Amino acid sequence: MTPLTACLLLSAILFAIGLTGALVRRNSILVLIGIELMLNAANLNFIAFWRYGPHPEALTGMMFAVFSIAVAAAEAAVGLALIISLYRHLKSANIDEVTSMSG
Amino acid sequence: MTLFASNSAVETADQFFVLAERWIVAHVPGTARALVADVISAVALLAVFASLFAMTTVLERKGLGRIQNRYGPNRVGPFGILQPLADGIKSLTKEDIVPLAADRWVHYFAPLVLVVAAFSMYAVLPIGRNMVLANMDAGVLFFFAVSSVMEVSIFMAGWSSKNKYSLLGAMRAIAQMISYEVTLILAAVTVVMAAGSLSTVTIVEKQAGYTGILPHWFVLTPWGFAGFVLFMIAATAEANRSPFDLPEGESEIIAGYFTEYSGFKFALFFLGEYIGMFAMSGLGITLFLGGWTAPLSFLTWVPSYLWFFAKLLFLIAMFIWIRGTLPRLRMDQLMNFAWKFLLPLALIDLVAAGLWRFLPNEAVRWIVCSVLVVGSYVLLGRGLARGWKLEKRVYRFAE
Amino acid sequence: MLFTIFAIVTVAGATAVICLRNLVHSVLALIVTFAGLAVVYLLLGAQFVGFAQVLVYIGAVAILIVFAILLTRNTGADVRVSIDDSWVWSGVVVAGVFAVLAWAIYHSSVSHSATLAQPATTTQQIGNALMQQYALPLEVIGLLLTAALIGAVTIALREQKEAR
Repeated sequence: MTPLTACLLLSAILFAIGLTGALVRRNSILVLIGIELMLNAANLNFIAFWRYGPHPEALTGMMFAVFSIAVAAAEAAVGLALIISLYRHLKSANIDEVTSMSG
Repeated sequence: MTLFASNSAVETADQFFVLAERWIVAHVPGTARALVADVISAVALLAVFASLFAMTTVLERKGLGRIQNRYGPNRVGPFGILQPLADGIKSLTKEDIVPLAADRWVHYFAPLVLVVAAFSMYAVLPIGRNMVLANMDAGVLFFFAVSSVMEVSIFMAGWSSKNKYSLLGAMRAIAQMISYEVTLILAAVTVVMAAGSLSTVTIVEKQAGYTGILPHWFVLTPWGFAGFVLFMIAATAEANRSPFDLPEGESEIIAGYFTEYSGFKFALFFLGEYIGMFAMSGLGITLFLGGWTAPLSFLTWVPSYLWFFAKLLFLIAMFIWIRGTLPRLRMDQLMNFAWKFLLPLALIDLVAAGLWRFLPNEAVRWIVCSVLVVGSYVLLGRGLARGWKLEKRVYRFAE
Repeated sequence: MLFTIFAIVTVAGATAVICLRNLVHSVLALIVTFAGLAVVYLLLGAQFVGFAQVLVYIGAVAILIVFAILLTRNTGADVRVSIDDSWVWSGVVVAGVFAVLAWAIYHSSVSHSATLAQPATTTQQIGNALMQQYALPLEVIGLLLTAALIGAVTIALREQKEAR
């Protein structure tokens, strides 16, 4: 197994775990955590391709990871604000109870 | 230079510890050399700063005693200087109580994480010429990354104790640390911008020259002085020191997040806090006070590490003085101060540092930057003070 | 060797995140995962990204999540994890996604290309790239972060005003 394959495999496992968390758990905060894990898996791919790609001096993958980290911070802030706002409405953080839009 | 020993003797005194380490490392087989060198440096750092902590506890108690018109500890040893030894034995032999409701594992690991994080920060501090454990390319970033781990350990301590005072103290501490971290990092960024590097060693080297007898320290520029003051205020808040010691205000929430700790773990929290404070001061010295460089050009014969520790002791004395002088802030004052006063000043200081770099004339840039820094300070201070109504405070929850 | 150890730490942390019943324990496991990933970045030679990962994810995102947990009154009570039909469907979806990813990784030509020497990237190069080639994205990110800041504050603040 080449180092690149190892990195990609680790990232695939992380992505799968994150997806499981986002799909299975009912607490909205844990769903957000699952999404964060998937974002991290993507970041790892960018770094791995930067490291083992043909043109590491171009820094493209590295830059994408840096920007992705910045976007993830913004995403977490807004997502958690939404969760807190939702909690104030429903007195619960369980996403199964958010049903006011269903027909 | 005839007054002093020859140049080579000065050089040997300056590099004594570096040479000693090289001598020891030369006696180990080749493959283990790098590891042994790192271990020696790490152990030396641990020993030196842990004993500095012991020394500071007694200095602080004596200093506070003087300020409050009493003696301070004076029973153990001559003038009470063996007090830390007595304290250490006491905390080691005390019973280690873990509350029944506490989350055992998290409760156990919180002080360890704090102390490990606090000591890791020293890895990038150059405490003398050629005396740095890891000269990292992104050293300043490493420092801030590790210091942010301390927040996690504080939360772990506060939450796992299952005590309302602990949790309140932890939430106060984290809110305060996040707020002041912004100012802290922005103040450090001015120096990073001026030095063009995130490596602590390079930053010190950039300040190593002299004009006449005065050094090229960043604190001796208008933006650098403002940055230094902002940095030290934010560092005081990061270390939960008075006047920003709300998270552990004894009169309100007992001891904050480490209320439910006793014995040696309590001592570890104390250690972690002081070690963190020294590390923050050390970074302040590295960024603004020229690290290990001598303050005047004719004093360069004094070994570099002595200058670092002299500056560190000076800053510790300032911390003690401030603690003995200022009253504790209220929570709303604390937050207003961080977000409405320090943060705008730090941003304006960043602009001043940029202008300093690009203005051509020495006199012009001194005037422009000074006006920018002082003017913003005065205007912002006046503007914030305008809304103050100095009257009896009405408490909403006790109406 | 080191990579294997920290890969295992990362995966174990991530598994603990979704399996633990206590939300705060989940976040602590999440912090372990983030730290493991940061070490993996360091091993790959991306020092700047590794430290940024610790600073942003552990110092900011994890702490934010902790605040959200405490503000939504999930202070330590164990969350019941009930197994129902949705687990089966989720399991199928996740297994499918992972199978596709693993198949793609093993059959792509990139994963069999020769491994190059570690690129010597300094922080200075990253800074220069950010200020020159990537100046526009940097500005856009600044704008995005400001918008997110204002958005988060307004979303979380509105209710409080009405309640008063």
